[in-house]
Amino acid sequence: MYEVVIGLEIHVELKTKSKLFCTCSTDFGAEPNSQVCPICLGMPGTLPQVNQEAVQLAIRAGGVFGCTIQPLSQFSRKNYMYPDLPKAYQITQYQEPICTDGGIEVLREGKKTMIRLERIHMEEDPGKLMHPDYEHFSLADYNRSGIPLIEIVTKPDLRSPEEAVSFLKALRTQLEFADISDCRMEQGSMRCDANISLREPGNQVLGTKVEIKNINSFKEVQKALEKEIKRQSDLLRFGEGDKIVQETRKWDAGKGRTVPMRSKEDAEDYRYFDDPDLPALILTQGQIQAAQEGIPSETALERRQRFMEEYDLSESEAVTLTEDAVLARLMDQAAGKASSPRKVANWILTEGLRLYRSGQGFRVNARALLALLKEIESGALSHSAAKQVFEYIWEQQGTVADAIETLGLKQMSDSSQLETLVAKIVADNPQAVAEIKSGNGKAFGFLMGAVMKETKGKANPKVAKELIEAELKK
Amino acid sequence: MTKKQIIEEIQSKDQTIGAFLSLDQDVREADPGQSAGRLADLAMAIKDNIAVKDHPLTCASKMLKDHRAGYDATVIERLRQAGAWFVGKTNMDEFAMGGSTENSAFQKTKNPKDLSCVPGGSSGGSAAAVAGGMVSASLGSDTGGSIRQPAAYCGIVGLKPTYGRVSRYGLVAFASSFDQIGPMTTTLEECESIFSVIAGEDQRDPTCMGKAYSVQTPLKDFSQLKVGFLSDLSGVAPDVAKAYQAFCQELSDAGAKLEEIEFVLPQEAVSVYYVLSSAEASSNLGRFDGIRYGMRGQGETVEAVMRDSRGRGFGLEVKRRVLFGTHVLSAGYQDQVYKKAQRYRAMLRAKMKDLFAIYDLLLMPTTPTPAFEFGAHNDDPMAMYLEDAFTVPASLTGIPAISIPYGKSQQGLPIGMQVMASHGKEETIFSVLKGLEEKFGVFGRRDSDV
Repeated sequence: MYEVVIGLEIHVELKTKSKLFCTCSTDFGAEPNSQVCPICLGMPGTLPQVNQEAVQLAIRAGGVFGCTIQPLSQFSRKNYMYPDLPKAYQITQYQEPICTDGGIEVLREGKKTMIRLERIHMEEDPGKLMHPDYEHFSLADYNRSGIPLIEIVTKPDLRSPEEAVSFLKALRTQLEFADISDCRMEQGSMRCDANISLREPGNQVLGTKVEIKNINSFKEVQKALEKEIKRQSDLLRFGEGDKIVQETRKWDAGKGRTVPMRSKEDAEDYRYFDDPDLPALILTQGQIQAAQEGIPSETALERRQRFMEEYDLSESEAVTLTEDAVLARLMDQAAGKASSPRKVANWILTEGLRLYRSGQGFRVNARALLALLKEIESGALSHSAAKQVFEYIWEQQGTVADAIETLGLKQMSDSSQLETLVAKIVADNPQAVAEIKSGNGKAFGFLMGAVMKETKGKANPKVAKELIEAELKK
Repeated sequence: MTKKQIIEEIQSKDQTIGAFLSLDQDVREADPGQSAGRLADLAMAIKDNIAVKDHPLTCASKMLKDHRAGYDATVIERLRQAGAWFVGKTNMDEFAMGGSTENSAFQKTKNPKDLSCVPGGSSGGSAAAVAGGMVSASLGSDTGGSIRQPAAYCGIVGLKPTYGRVSRYGLVAFASSFDQIGPMTTTLEECESIFSVIAGEDQRDPTCMGKAYSVQTPLKDFSQLKVGFLSDLSGVAPDVAKAYQAFCQELSDAGAKLEEIEFVLPQEAVSVYYVLSSAEASSNLGRFDGIRYGMRGQGETVEAVMRDSRGRGFGLEVKRRVLFGTHVLSAGYQDQVYKKAQRYRAMLRAKMKDLFAIYDLLLMPTTPTPAFEFGAHNDDPMAMYLEDAFTVPASLTGIPAISIPYGKSQQGLPIGMQVMASHGKEETIFSVLKGLEEKFGVFGRRDSDV
């Protein structure tokens, strides 16, 4: 067994209204090249202007992870020519990033372990190229050109693929909680590169590191790292450790393996130098404090612990709820006012999660969820009716009362109405009645089912049960 | 005259000079007499690296032969508001790299004062348009002397403002930490009034934090004025040295205190300038790849298209500087060359600061020699570069510097004198020079000038 050493570089899109160096919109999914201007197209003669909102969010990110915010940082040019990069250089921060140090805690064998950060710096995103199938041309979309990013670089402190994933999830939640980024990996607003090396346990010297690019989801982070560990440990085990070279490999999700991209020798020389168009970014203590206002003080691990204690949840339930800022927020909002936080959690984790996975956000808010629980508790809604209401609200965004009304789910608690129906069902099913009388409990369920079917689930189960029992005694 | 008639007249005058790359044939604005403002009806020529909406923006390069600007530069916006209008775009060395306008991909521009000579460069077309009497004022850009040197060669006034006092938004970048736009005019007065319109802060240029400028009154009492001058004039042509001494004498006669300064004119300043400006240029010119605009090369792969676009779109001097700039920024050379040059620049700035702690103004000739003949430096770029020896110090340190016409050589070529002040002290330059004009006559119109 070798010790695995992993460091991550995470690109996160900042949730700003406009781009990093111009006023173009950052909305996702617009018509190609509809959110562009002479500046983000790099037209001759244009100059960048720093978006202060982006600077504030970068400072905020530094605050969330306990970084040192640098009072002076500098933008640099990373020079390379590619059609997605309109100026032929990317404006980034190189030797003087805006945030340094800091860290995020993860659990390692049940113990809190700090994963240290090296730095957080700001940079602009390039545009996007599309290569239509069976065509001899490519298309360029510059809507993304100039979207503000932060790059978060960790120290080589991670020790397994699982740990890398839980680190990423904690990072994502904290960024979402502090309103810094949406962190949607599937939309590319969060991207991850991994550096990985192996060494004999106890060895202090780091092994040869390999960088893996093009990892597009948490699942792939896990898979790509596992595959790379297998590749490297196989080589080491068979005495071919010299075949591990410092290189960049690309994760091929389709084939499920990493493939060589470029070696250290082929690494491009980006000719970094300070961007003469942008004076040093100087921050006052006042600006730094203002940008960090309202940052949640609770870490991801602390939140998980609190959910288990306060809401009486299992560890895995707490993990699921706290790994996603949307779910965690909803839980906190609803649980405080609910008679049973457990029931709130149940609804979020079963019905909620099922619908949430379709990817359009969580479409039932705390108020609706609480109203729904109230209806169930009062006996006004059966569980199956409540499910229908939940789905209705998810789709139509109405209130619980609207849903009950529209779906015609007002329960039949009125005995006189139900009595006739129950009498009829008991009369129609002599066989079931005989079975019940000979001690077969299952047959009672059959009769209940028949009542529910006839009333389309509207019968109050308690009342129905009482009526059937009374009818049978006759 | 209508604007159309003015343009036609310019066109006929320009047949012998070749100052313009394009003239605005379909004038859209109202005819003279209808605009108000400080510069009402002023017809201006604009160097072809400054964006004027819907006008060509070629930088005298094949790369941008058919390119038009989609927006107005900040200076253009301000001049428009002040009532000026733009007759056309002037010739220049390609991407402003050169000192004779011979590096234009399209045409030669002749020096109106002597048609066998170059007008200087890179703002040669803007200088020739003014010297040839086609317009009274133009805009140029100055990176290492590109306004001052052609102004000197053509016998006109040219100001390179303090770095950061005039917005660069809309100026096609050559070397971003040096480039400044400035006025080139027949008279000092007009130079000042244009500067007062274009100077001042601009949100669109983060390096432009400069204060606005208001027109100064001529200095009356010179007794408090301390002026530094060069004692060592080695390498300077005798006619130029003579004019320089006369100019120093004039200031002294006006009552200023003149002192010799030890400013060893630094050959290395020229080298440092070329290292830093080429480094920035190599990055700034990367965007011309033929993909989004400009000349589209051919090839099977995107890399081949970019190679072909740049291979055929750029001229020799541009390629030389892009290659040199790429080299000095490369790993292994950056520390030895680029960073060393930056340290020299910082040192020179400190030295300038010390000098301006003592002196209000420094005087230098603008160039070591008057205008030279076409082709004189064709085989020797280094000799051409050395023509910049007196202009690069102000460029490296970001201070304002003006060139004014002062006397003539024996062959009858104009000579330029350069006056430099500390950062943001254009006020001193203009009040002193206007004071001299009151005492001794308008620059460029004295007996010694014609």
